[in-house]
Amino acid sequence: MRALESILVEKGYVDPAALDALVEMYETKIGPHNGARVVARAWTDPDYRARLLADATPAIAELDIGGRGGEHMVVVENTAEVHNLVVCTLCSCYPWPVLGLPPVWYKAPPYRARAVIDPRGVLAEFGLTLPGSTRIAVWDSTAETRYMVLPRRPAGTEGWDEARLAALVTRDAMIGTGLARAPGGASA
Amino acid sequence: MNGAQDLGGMHGFGPVRPEADEPVFHAPWERRVFALAMAMGFTGTWSLDGSRAARESLPPAEYLASSYYAIWLKALERQVAEHGLATEAEMASGVASGPGRPVARVLTADILEPRFRAGFPSDRPAQGPARFAPEAWVRARNRHPVGHTRLPRYVRGRRGRVLRVHGAFVLPDTNALKAGENPDWLYTVAFDATELWGPEADPNQQVMVEMFERYLDPEAA
Repeated sequence: MRALESILVEKGYVDPAALDALVEMYETKIGPHNGARVVARAWTDPDYRARLLADATPAIAELDIGGRGGEHMVVVENTAEVHNLVVCTLCSCYPWPVLGLPPVWYKAPPYRARAVIDPRGVLAEFGLTLPGSTRIAVWDSTAETRYMVLPRRPAGTEGWDEARLAALVTRDAMIGTGLARAPGGASA
Repeated sequence: MNGAQDLGGMHGFGPVRPEADEPVFHAPWERRVFALAMAMGFTGTWSLDGSRAARESLPPAEYLASSYYAIWLKALERQVAEHGLATEAEMASGVASGPGRPVARVLTADILEPRFRAGFPSDRPAQGPARFAPEAWVRARNRHPVGHTRLPRYVRGRRGRVLRVHGAFVLPDTNALKAGENPDWLYTVAFDATELWGPEADPNQQVMVEMFERYLDPEAA
């Protein structure tokens, strides 16, 4: 690993300072806190929510979020009737600008294999059991379009501002393997 | 290719194991692999499709036994060697036996944030009108190319309905081979779980798959 990096630097293909900056960017700046801001805005601003669902990339860019791995965003909304779940069965496609780099389980065979054939079983492993009447919509990210789930706003949050709401929005809620946290409680 | 990467619908891998408070990287070497893969991709020597093709061409047993960044590392070393940027001996020893070859561009720290913030869009002007409109019934072609494709096995031969027309995008199948971007119309196609997995599947589940026009045939309603 060190030998590979040395060679690629010595041959002039990569700049070591850029490597460090890349790591720092994805460890500290780009992560699910970005997506949480998008969700909180959509929960509080109906016009924004409409723009987000109609054409997500420019709507997300309104919050100065976007770029590599999120050039073509689609946001799908959970409702009382439908629950959305995002997967990439072929590799690890994931909406980087809003969620950061994917967790290991998202890239690993168990999730990629079963999300499309047994999504309710997968959700149960995350502690989420939905009624049979709730339709499950699984989105397989097989192209450069990237999906994010707009979770349902928890009850009991009337009048909350965006920052307070954003703290309820978990990464898993935006993948669809969880729900937003209830106020004062744990993520369901 | 019908490789180990095409996992949709497989059984036997056991439960999903979420990790509480998971770090972005689990070891220092993962940070370096991630950053090197990004930076080398930026040189323009190969495309993201080319990287995916390299990763999925690992032998299935090796692919399934490797962690994700290990897969990235093996594919990166292979791409560096295949494109003549360094030899396997140089990568093993860390000692260069000659100068580097010219590359189209180098990612420097000062341009990283603006360049990644701008992104690398894959949409392109359409070469002709879209063949399908929303709500059209389609059937995924039953084809098994040995090269790169983004048509998963579990939808081949299955009937679905166009949900959304995204526009024309770079076609991974040819772009991975440096055989041209060949922009093709991209659709979201909705498949009922019962169509994909049989009559015992959940009647209240659908799977939406992003599909290029050349993966699809028209289907009578």
